[in-house]
Amino acid sequence: MLFVLLAMVVLASLLSDRFLTTNNLLNVARQVAINAILAAGMTVVILSGGIDLSVGSVLALSGAVGAGIIAGGGSWLVAVLAMLGLGTLLGAVNGFFVAYGQLPPFIVTLAMMAFARGSTLVYTGGRPITVFHPSFQWFGHGQVGPIPAPVFLVIVLYVIAHVFLSHTKVGRLIYAVGGNEQASRMAGIRVNQIKVLVYALSGFTAALAGIVLTSRLFSAQPTAGSGYELDAIAAVILGGTSLAGGRGSVTGTIIGALIIGILGNVLNLLNVSSFYQDVAKGIVILAAVLLDRLLHAGGRGVAVKGVSQGE
Amino acid sequence: MTKRIRLLVVLSVLLLAFAAAVPVSAQTIGLAISTLNNPFFVDLKEGAEEKAAELGVTLRVVDAQDDPARQLAGIEDLIAAGVDVILINPTDSAAVVPGVLAANRAGIPVITVDRAADGGVIVSHIASDNVLGGRMAAQLIVELSGGRAKVVELEGIPGTTAARERGQGFNEVISQYPGIVVVARQEAGFDRARGLTVMENILQAQPEIDFVFAHNDEMALGALVAIEAAGRAGQIKVIGFDATADAVRAVQEGRMLATIAQQPRLMGALGVETAVKVLRGEPVDKFIPVPLSLVIGR
Repeated sequence: MLFVLLAMVVLASLLSDRFLTTNNLLNVARQVAINAILAAGMTVVILSGGIDLSVGSVLALSGAVGAGIIAGGGSWLVAVLAMLGLGTLLGAVNGFFVAYGQLPPFIVTLAMMAFARGSTLVYTGGRPITVFHPSFQWFGHGQVGPIPAPVFLVIVLYVIAHVFLSHTKVGRLIYAVGGNEQASRMAGIRVNQIKVLVYALSGFTAALAGIVLTSRLFSAQPTAGSGYELDAIAAVILGGTSLAGGRGSVTGTIIGALIIGILGNVLNLLNVSSFYQDVAKGIVILAAVLLDRLLHAGGRGVAVKGVSQGE
Repeated sequence: MTKRIRLLVVLSVLLLAFAAAVPVSAQTIGLAISTLNNPFFVDLKEGAEEKAAELGVTLRVVDAQDDPARQLAGIEDLIAAGVDVILINPTDSAAVVPGVLAANRAGIPVITVDRAADGGVIVSHIASDNVLGGRMAAQLIVELSGGRAKVVELEGIPGTTAARERGQGFNEVISQYPGIVVVARQEAGFDRARGLTVMENILQAQPEIDFVFAHNDEMALGALVAIEAAGRAGQIKVIGFDATADAVRAVQEGRMLATIAQQPRLMGALGVETAVKVLRGEPVDKFIPVPLSLVIGR
């Protein structure tokens, strides 16, 4: 998939002389950040053989609650901690019903998606909550050296996620559960605890994305993040992670997120109508995955076992 | 390796297929529109495109699909694409501020259309002239009644610009005609159900009513139900505001007298016209009101 990303960068630079400018590349990085943060948590869930449809709504609810705290005169630190805590809690609730309730992740997170969106509308009364706080603003508009803060957060998050997944015992257990849940249980792995953990992590990253988005827009929108779960899933799939679980990596996911981000950016630079942009996005996702499959055919083989088991 | 090259070629053709021709023009106007899933904003965009073609400037449109984050990304892309002026039709007045500030930092003039921005430097704001719309409703009553009528005014949510400005324009004109008496003036919250109950009460209290002016179509349609239920449909003529689909149908069926419509196409055209003036260095007004049009039945 790295090959597809490189090809896109080359094409984008050939098609628009505005693409390879520092300013524009920083644009792309900032624009990709929210999806990349959501997709990091989504990767972990999908690796465990699940799916999380609630991330867009959890993002909106935590964003609204945090903005409400700051707008009500609370400290920004309390707001940030409350947002991360709430997101993690909602994720853990997802995980609890998936693990101990033995319910399909698709259904549980679909229910959470509706619940969190509804709660956001109740909490905000349908109106955006404006926040203008110099410290809180850092998450969307700050800098670490020359790097925009959202991009910095993505880098830190992905380094941690990579180390966690490939260099810790718990990380490897997540792969094991996603690869074969039955065998994992028989091997004595506490599958239920792993499941609660992965959904809690996804809730955490959704809240982090909510912090960045709220800060970036100076306001929490009741409709924020609608449909973002699908972009996050697309980034994970583009990154080569198997929907059936057990196979994939966050390094792939960040490449997937960049492919989606660069595509939108370059089509805007080329003045392509938004209707065609969605058409293009669909075709590129399909083509990229197909291409990846062709390039690797015969090599590692493609995991196609029991796709339905992941849902 | 040759396989990879072949695939690269296939991919290039694929991407090129989506890349519309990019005309190189000295002057480019960017339009960041809130959504194209609503005919009102599609009309606005088309009005802008027609005017841009007429004036020989390039127009680049980015669509936010009602998502403020997507709108901010679109504005950033327009800045990166090097447009000379940006027309913004905000998805939300508060969330658009970072986008306006980004354009300000890049030294690109910003014009807002339809909805205003809560902050940043805006060269001009183009929106419907609600005051004029209120006057149009009043003038219609004056013409039809010859300056002698009993009138009911249903007001929108207090404090909203729409309610304030529509009421202001309406009363400005009515107050010049001593023969036109406002027999009742009640607030009905822009809501159809409230319009119904408020009108029911007024009908009880007032034996003589010739016209009802409602600050929006929802209240007008609610009032209409009350009037028809009371069997006074022939005597009382209702004027609404906004030209919603339901209201236009009621006007065509002859149940409602008229409704005042916004002109999104004209709004888009005025946006581009104003942007071109800014490019030429001509002075422009801080607020440019877009006149409304009257939708009236036979």
